[in-house]
Amino acid sequence: MKRTILSGNEAIARGAYEAGCLVACAYPGTPSTEILENALQYTEINSSWAPNEKVALEVAIGASFGGGRALCTMKHVGVNVAADPLFTLSYTGVRGGLLLVVADDPEMHSSQNEQDSRNYAKFAKVPMLEPSDSQECKEFTRLAFELSEQYDTPVMLRSSTRISHGKSVVELGERVTGLPQPRLEKNPAKLVMLPGNARVRHPVVEQSLIDLSKAAATLPFNRIELRDTTIGVITAGICYQYVREVLPNASTLKLGLVHPLPFDLIREFAAQVDTLYVIEELDPFIEDQVKAMGISAIGKEIISLCGELTPGRLRSAFKLPQAEAAPAETLPGRPPNMCPGCPHRGVFYTLKQLNAYITGDIGCYTLGFMPPLSAMDTCVCMGASIGMATGVTKVVSDQEKKKVVAVIGDSTFLHTGLNGLMDMVYNNSPATVIILDNSITAMTGRQDNPASGFTLMDDPTHAINLPLLCKALGVKNIRVINPLDLEETRRVIAEEMERFEPSVIITNKPCVLINRADIFQKGPVYAVDSGTCSGCRACLKIGCPAIEWVPAGDGSKKGKARIDPLLCTGCDVCRQLCTFTAIGSVK
Amino acid sequence: MNHRITNILLVGVGGQGILLASEILSEAAMMAGFDVKKSEIHGMSQRGGSVVSHVRFGTKVFSPIVPEGEGDILFGFELMETVRSLPFLKHGGTVVANDLHISPPSVLIGQEPYPDGLAERIRARFSDFLLVDGQKIATDAGNVRAANTVLLGVVSKRLSIPQEMWMEALEKMVPGKAVDVNKRAFLMGQEF
Repeated sequence: MKRTILSGNEAIARGAYEAGCLVACAYPGTPSTEILENALQYTEINSSWAPNEKVALEVAIGASFGGGRALCTMKHVGVNVAADPLFTLSYTGVRGGLLLVVADDPEMHSSQNEQDSRNYAKFAKVPMLEPSDSQECKEFTRLAFELSEQYDTPVMLRSSTRISHGKSVVELGERVTGLPQPRLEKNPAKLVMLPGNARVRHPVVEQSLIDLSKAAATLPFNRIELRDTTIGVITAGICYQYVREVLPNASTLKLGLVHPLPFDLIREFAAQVDTLYVIEELDPFIEDQVKAMGISAIGKEIISLCGELTPGRLRSAFKLPQAEAAPAETLPGRPPNMCPGCPHRGVFYTLKQLNAYITGDIGCYTLGFMPPLSAMDTCVCMGASIGMATGVTKVVSDQEKKKVVAVIGDSTFLHTGLNGLMDMVYNNSPATVIILDNSITAMTGRQDNPASGFTLMDDPTHAINLPLLCKALGVKNIRVINPLDLEETRRVIAEEMERFEPSVIITNKPCVLINRADIFQKGPVYAVDSGTCSGCRACLKIGCPAIEWVPAGDGSKKGKARIDPLLCTGCDVCRQLCTFTAIGSVK
Repeated sequence: MNHRITNILLVGVGGQGILLASEILSEAAMMAGFDVKKSEIHGMSQRGGSVVSHVRFGTKVFSPIVPEGEGDILFGFELMETVRSLPFLKHGGTVVANDLHISPPSVLIGQEPYPDGLAERIRARFSDFLLVDGQKIATDAGNVRAANTVLLGVVSKRLSIPQEMWMEALEKMVPGKAVDVNKRAFLMGQEF
């Protein structure tokens, strides 16, 4: 058996391959993105990016109804977008096995909230597995496809940042063979969810969950591990590892299936231990159900509802001694920043200069919030910027309406911003929309999208023409600008903000991280002539990581700017800010 | 059980190649027959933020993250980030740090200075402290970008992983063209 080290995400992709999966579809989202990027290496799987999670799930549903095994992956908040098909998919059931992987982000390392996806499994009436290391990621993925077909239901697998981005040793297996060949097969009574059909399906779904709960008491992924019985802990996922680390002698009921719960097994375990604990991150999902069974247990009394669990936090919860540690030093923070040469930088600098009210969105450009740019006033969810801009203009004065600017990336615009723009035109909002088109989805690590011209499998494809798309929606004022030209950027944004009807400005420079030479090329590197530099700090206002303030060293506030030639991409924005012509390209 | 697990932290700034170094380390530990777990946060941190990668290996590893005060070795690619992560180290732990300063945004814009006396702050708490000029040694080895591998070489002297596993892990994880330079950098690190 081949042993290798895989991340949870790599192991899920491997599990899908071994399970004979034929189709994998997703919208990128941290910490789930790498699952599809790794599925790509298995040529038997057709892997693709969808414009959003709802479409990704619908593609997977279609593949399943056609008779193939299908995988769909997303981050936790993606399920909010995909919830509509999900809630009815449990009623239709599947043909080929269907697995929806959702990666939660307790502690919000890269997210706007820390919703607990287990609630979706219960709400949508879909079984959910929860692996606790990479080996289980692979095994549970294989198992999920089997359960999906056996119980005629989609299956969810819940990961978390620590599982998806953690790596551990995995033994690889072979791809299953002999699965039925996909072909069209009509079954409208089961797949057309009109009220009459849905009323027939709902009791089937409820019965199936009861059957699975009973079967789950004897299935190997739920297991009682008896050690010292004074303390018994019910746990699942990454928390199981922390419990084994911190309470090595405690007995555990390790749950692989977190919905539906194996009630018989829980009763059996509870009867064998003196004090029962439920250790889980975020919501008291298991705990509430255990207590509803009339079993007394300790859970959220000692474990926080917020953030991720860690061995240290678990130790505190049980009042166990912590290891002696050096005190934390007070140091300057190191938050993330837009890259040197990022085409978004000049736009945010300009918006701040124009004192705009900026409804923001989700992407690299959310970093426009960070000082010194400090140019973002709202950020709620994917695609929200445009609808919110319309909403703001419905209540403020005519003068203030002109200040409202929505800022959204190309990938986010196509994800769910499009509908917001329809509404803006339909209901005639005077707000201004800026689409920061950098030809890629960059915060998740440079994924292609329907406007970038390439598929996930790197095949050239049609690139949506954003100006034409906006025109088709009825936007009359569409301006395409070079965001690295500050004069043009300021003039056009100011004109469109002033205009009392919907307008869209599209920036046209690619992300500096795109490694296709035909799309992005580094310009000549810039340098500061220290003889000419007056130390006015104007160039520091864009917060470029390539520009550093070098203090004079005499204790005064004086100093000069310096450009790091290794980081500079030659974008030219800082040169335009220098009124002393101290900045220029080297050769 | 804990005392049989080796806890290593690799810390620095997004874009410095910390993930690759921690992958080489994990791979070598697995080849040496250990159970290995590794954890870090990517995502937003790629954009120049702080990065902390946890690697744990031993007979059987449960948690993928190193609790505060239990790290055996802190392996810092940048000086300020090394100091920031000192609370992870156990009393008497080892610090191997690259002698490199990378200014965070507040220092770049002149809001505050890059802190001074960092090496002294480390030495005051941890006597087993090696400050390595990774850039210089890597340049001598043939490529300044191999500084991480130099540090890995320094750290390897403290770990019970056989030499051939390190070489095999380097060959497997480092892109083809760069293997020779990285092997040289690794060996020069071991001589430090």
